[in-house]
Amino acid sequence: MGKTLFDKIWDSHIVMSKPGHPDAVYINTHFIHEVTSPQAFDGLRKRGIPVFRPAKTRATADHNVPTLHQDQPIKEALSRHQVEMLTKNTSEYGVELYGLGHRYQGIVHVIGPELGITLPGMTIVCGDSHTSTHGAFGAVAFGIGTSEVEQVLATQCILQYKPKRMKIEVSGQLGKGVLSKDIILYIISKISASGATGYFVEYAGEAIRNLSMEARMTICNMSIEMGARGGLIAPDSTTFDYIKGREFAPKGADWDKALEYWKTLYSDADATFDKVLTFDAADIEPQITYGTNPGMGMGVTRHIPALEQLEEKERPSFKKSLEYMDLQPGAELLGKKVDYVFIGSCTNSRIEDLRLVADFVKGKHKADDVVVWIVPGSKQVEAQAKEEGIDKVFAEAGFQLREPGCSACLAMNEDKVPAGMYCISTSNRNFEGRQGPNARTFLASPLTAAAAAITGKVADVRELL
Amino acid sequence: MSKIFQHLVSPAVPVPIENIDTDQIIPARFLKATTREGFGENLFRDWRYEADNTPKADFVMNNPLYSGEILVAGKNFGCGSSREHAAWAIADAGFKVVVSSFFADIFKNNALNNFILPIQVTEAFLDKIFEAISANPKAALEVDLENQFIRIVATGEKESFDINQYKKTCLMNGYDDIDYLLSLRKEIEQYETTRPFNF
Repeated sequence: MGKTLFDKIWDSHIVMSKPGHPDAVYINTHFIHEVTSPQAFDGLRKRGIPVFRPAKTRATADHNVPTLHQDQPIKEALSRHQVEMLTKNTSEYGVELYGLGHRYQGIVHVIGPELGITLPGMTIVCGDSHTSTHGAFGAVAFGIGTSEVEQVLATQCILQYKPKRMKIEVSGQLGKGVLSKDIILYIISKISASGATGYFVEYAGEAIRNLSMEARMTICNMSIEMGARGGLIAPDSTTFDYIKGREFAPKGADWDKALEYWKTLYSDADATFDKVLTFDAADIEPQITYGTNPGMGMGVTRHIPALEQLEEKERPSFKKSLEYMDLQPGAELLGKKVDYVFIGSCTNSRIEDLRLVADFVKGKHKADDVVVWIVPGSKQVEAQAKEEGIDKVFAEAGFQLREPGCSACLAMNEDKVPAGMYCISTSNRNFEGRQGPNARTFLASPLTAAAAAITGKVADVRELL
Repeated sequence: MSKIFQHLVSPAVPVPIENIDTDQIIPARFLKATTREGFGENLFRDWRYEADNTPKADFVMNNPLYSGEILVAGKNFGCGSSREHAAWAIADAGFKVVVSSFFADIFKNNALNNFILPIQVTEAFLDKIFEAISANPKAALEVDLENQFIRIVATGEKESFDINQYKKTCLMNGYDDIDYLLSLRKEIEQYETTRPFNF
């Protein structure tokens, strides 16, 4: 019987599989950052052991860095200390660091792909749940906790039970103004924030095939928001074209050999999945979330569900969520005033996202009382945006182009949305307080966010194109 | 952090909310520490305290009626961010067991790696636990890892739970995954020689 793509990769990385034990899985690439690694290095220190394969771990500072004045010392003492610990730990243990000021610095899930570190067929982990992003290349990539970061540093392996497999097929063509972010928000709204827990998802179908690598990354990125262990897409010519020539990608004979292998990375026609879901791209309109988990989303022209539409048991959590958002059941969001617009995060901060937004806002200006933050995913994205003159388009529109980092996606740094304010955000989580204590988040695509920046309200971007 | 878990009888702290994400368990702004200790005081920070740090009277952890080493929560507990700080905060606040009708995968691993036992029960049994606590805030639960059951002491109602045998052995004996992986050193080096690529 045939194998799924996930099984092909997983099975070829098993170092040890014993009955009753989780698999010991070999990891090809391990990314670390300042927030979830210091305790892992401490663990190594306590055990008196080195990093087993330091060349297979790469580090960057992204979660807890300011997005203004990165050339100056970090003002906030705890954050400065945390970033300094990363520098100290990586230097002591021989791990390559793309720290603040380095031309490769950026959000860990943006820099891996753009540097050609992320490759098809790899196993990739990072102490961050959005590691699923790298699955867009046909890699088995997933987020881990700090104890597991320590496992990988110590042994280049991780202990994991093999998840079940799910296929999500999206057929047909996307409509005007509908982006890959809308596809994934739509899927999550249909299957809920826990609909794929226990599964590793493969995305397939015409609508997925037609996406660029950047757009595929957006989809795989949010796999965790429906509970999935990870998500991946079989590599194809779009993938290979993207990788070719990148800094750390294989070159010459190595490239030919790698390509030959990568072309075997697909689910066999007779492979079986534990679950298969199908969607039609034509049913997807620009999406927006109204609640406090990513499953609470809808088409931008729709109404928030009324209480009667929910089962009795679901109502208390639903009401709590809408109270936090200060929204009414049954209401619509179109025309709702927004205070902040955040375009960034590992979901939507790549050059393609910035280009899309720039094309849309060119010659327009933001609404008066909206603050617009554009936070590029990496130094390379920032440099590219400047080279293309995108920075000028943003400046003329009244948008602030800041420096790379996770920023207002999780608001660890000073980029916080004030209490009670509404932010339309291209990030991945609308949890209570995610963008700052008592801040309220609407998740949406870069285009829908840009439309809100210009109109000052939740708008249907299709009417503005 | 205790490195062994076998058996426990304790009252429980109920948080009957679904989809409790790790940002609620420990908000990102409290992730700046570089050690594992001290996160307990910020467990459920924004549900537990006002912006000016005064305790919110209506949150269960601020109600002296409730105490114990067992946290009971609604389904899909621990979704969202992979931050192990969530497990550290729960352990640091004195909890040894979390009961829910469904756990997010990464949180479950993180909990087990910190010798916190996540117990998945049926929705019906979860409701019974909430009812028992609502009838008597001091209602005790018994957790027996060896025999894999959880019991409401007052009513005697019990339910068995699943845990994989490897993790059960780790918890009952205080072993961790790194000890096991380090013992595979030879197999790992052997595996590396079979890789067709240098990546």
